[in-house]
Amino acid sequence: MSANIMGRTQHHEEHGAHAHPTGWRRFLFSTNHKDIGTLYIVFAVIAGFIGGGMSVLMRMELQEPGIQVFNVLAQILHGASPETATDAAKNLYNVTITMHGLIMIFFVVMPALIGGFGNWFVPLMIGAPDMAFPRMNNMSFWLLPASFTLAVISMFVEGAPGMKGFGGGWVLYPPLSSNEGHPGPAMDFLILSVHLLGASSILGAINFITTIFNMRAPGMTLHKMPLFAWSILVTAFLLVLTLPVLAGAITMLLTDRNFGTTFFDPAGGGDPLLFQHLFWFFGHPEVYIMILPAFGIISQIISTFSRKPIFGYLGMAYAMVAIGVVGLVVWAHHMYTVGLSLDTQRYFTFATMVIAVPTGIKIFSWIATMWGGSISFRVPMLWAIGFVFVFTIGGVTGVVLSNASANRALHETYYVVAHFHYVLSVAAVFAIFAGFYYWFPKITGYMYNEAIGKIHFWVIFASVNLTFFPQHFLGLAGMPRRYIDYPDAFTYWNRISSFGAYLSGIGAVLFIYLLYDAFAKKRLAGDNPWGPAATTLEWTVSSPPPFHTFETLPVISGSDH
Amino acid sequence: MTDTPDWTRSKCRRMRIANIGTSFLKRSVGLMALLPGVALADGYPEPGEVGLQAAATPIAEEIVFFHNWILLPIITFICVFVLALLAYVIFRFNEKANPTPTRTTHHSGLEVAWTVTPVMILVVIAIPSFRLLTHQLTMPAADITLKATGKQWYWTYTYPKDQGGGFEFDSEMIQAADLKPGDIRQLSVDNEAVVPVGKTVLVQVTAADVIHAFTIPSFGIRIDAVPGRMNETWFKAEREGVYYGQCTKLCGKDHSDMPIAIRVVSQEKYDAWLAEAAKKFASKDSTPLRLADASAAKQQ
Repeated sequence: MSANIMGRTQHHEEHGAHAHPTGWRRFLFSTNHKDIGTLYIVFAVIAGFIGGGMSVLMRMELQEPGIQVFNVLAQILHGASPETATDAAKNLYNVTITMHGLIMIFFVVMPALIGGFGNWFVPLMIGAPDMAFPRMNNMSFWLLPASFTLAVISMFVEGAPGMKGFGGGWVLYPPLSSNEGHPGPAMDFLILSVHLLGASSILGAINFITTIFNMRAPGMTLHKMPLFAWSILVTAFLLVLTLPVLAGAITMLLTDRNFGTTFFDPAGGGDPLLFQHLFWFFGHPEVYIMILPAFGIISQIISTFSRKPIFGYLGMAYAMVAIGVVGLVVWAHHMYTVGLSLDTQRYFTFATMVIAVPTGIKIFSWIATMWGGSISFRVPMLWAIGFVFVFTIGGVTGVVLSNASANRALHETYYVVAHFHYVLSVAAVFAIFAGFYYWFPKITGYMYNEAIGKIHFWVIFASVNLTFFPQHFLGLAGMPRRYIDYPDAFTYWNRISSFGAYLSGIGAVLFIYLLYDAFAKKRLAGDNPWGPAATTLEWTVSSPPPFHTFETLPVISGSDH
Repeated sequence: MTDTPDWTRSKCRRMRIANIGTSFLKRSVGLMALLPGVALADGYPEPGEVGLQAAATPIAEEIVFFHNWILLPIITFICVFVLALLAYVIFRFNEKANPTPTRTTHHSGLEVAWTVTPVMILVVIAIPSFRLLTHQLTMPAADITLKATGKQWYWTYTYPKDQGGGFEFDSEMIQAADLKPGDIRQLSVDNEAVVPVGKTVLVQVTAADVIHAFTIPSFGIRIDAVPGRMNETWFKAEREGVYYGQCTKLCGKDHSDMPIAIRVVSQEKYDAWLAEAAKKFASKDSTPLRLADASAAKQQ
């Protein structure tokens, strides 16, 4: 025993980074995957309240036709005078939709699912002592607050002439994002912000790929690896393959804006559509980057609470690989209306439809896992079952939109807003909450109040459906997205959608109370609160796990699936 | 190629009122006849509308048919099916009803079935989808050519000289304070584009500054207006009336304030309007006219 301690002390002296600093140093200098995972989760929760608050403001504005909320906001935030308030309000609304999108994607969903749960549980699940590159892991996280700061600064400097912030949507399309539309520095700040978060994600992805390929415990073959680790592996590959393309596109935009190049300017032989192709080559895989880790989490939870191993493990794993591969070659279905040729639209319609097949395999395999099971409806399981249902709704509207022919009627309308909020704002966020309720006892060592958790689920389930289902009707009737004001005929469903958003706000307050309650009451959760079906390795260590886990590697026995 | 069968068209028109929520109950009742007050000729959203706007062109009719009779029933069935399966496992396989779980984790037959069945459903969707896509993108011979240029934040319509035009004019949204009775807030414009009924109209769409999008839901058309690029779409309006659309590509501050309004009139009225408009828009200022003439001629 003492020899062991001696050995470890020596080890510490040789590698200072493995020391256990305390206070702010513990987190700022952290090279520990669990601490970095916690940082990611805390960051995502804070950003989530900011991005979510923006959506409530937008729903307040859209509750009634006319402009009545953002003109007041513009006077408060940007110091607009009452005379210029309407114009400032229209600009601020566009800035808000832009920042809502960027924050929710890059500062909430990705940090929570990949940086947060990925960092915490990929090493634990594969029996690795830490991530492969602990210092790079630290850098990967700390680039995010820097990126977020740049994004926030961009909201308060000039964008369009006489206006503040960049109001061109998260897609950053030129010429609206070039000097033509936003000559001010707001867009430059935003480009630098996206560069930093892109670098952060690429570093994180390299770390995950290296860790998963090289640091699995003895006996942990790829085909024995939990599906959550599989989902992070596929996601990491998508990030590494597509983010450099986005970085290239926004660098070209940066030089167009500042150094006189004309990559996207037809006057100099460029093409605005080139940017769209480059952007969506990243942007479409990006949506799978957000939903694949969700698939992984849901698979773990459904298996645990059905007290059954996952049904069709290999099919589930390779369905994710298939979604990732096909997801790389469908990007122009975001561009059906830009003037693509008939053959191009035919190809992208066909390729996009193909994705429905592996997605169907996942849905039915989850149901088959529950089939014959002994299901206990603990809070994580409620979110997981809710996920299967809302993801199905978002999935089938995706099949509608995949048709270039029908897309002609629905592109850039609220139907699209409803579709991607069902799969992202609803399904991916359900998975984040499912994962949060599943692993909260492991991360903190405390158990939350089960009843409040269940009420939280039902409030959010009701509110998101109330918010987003009516948006299908608005879209079919032709209401364009990114509109601060709309014809009066759209009032009815907008009002209902807004009431749904306010109910989500109540859900958010409940969640804060649940966190307060859990940390105040300090109910000990135990190493494994979920019973014998929680078979992955994180349940074999204490709750919370020791600072360093698996200093002696676990040996995994048993055959492949 | 736009030979949608007549029964399809009449069904589609009825679908407008018999919307998603109630369509399956009401579609057989000729509801259109029961609501004489509804201005079915015009194209704008109705309060509380839950479905696609009434179709006014063969393409829009085909879109409405494709969505309401193929896509919507299929996706509704899939959602209900998944919900039913979930409900069944929740009631049948909860820990009280089924204390001992099975260990079944494989069933090749099932796995093949839920791979092959979606493929077949997709084929059912793809056949009409690809036919409609071909109809949309195959430009028929045009009777009238109209050029629409998106600008921050209004549309400019150009009528070429060789078809009696040779002028262009701006079409701006009427501000709320200036609305007259009968105008629609956020949709009505000062100068509508006018086209004759029953004629194939080719619309050339471009933009002068940033990307805009030319959209008219009741015509079933949507095409981006991209600077430096001339996009094309076409429509053949079957009924007279005013058909509204809105810009659908975020274009800056007044993105929501640049609607599109097309007035479809008889050939006689169109000829009269053309003559009047040629004088009206030419007399404003002679210099832009020559420039407009030149650019319009180049487009032809």
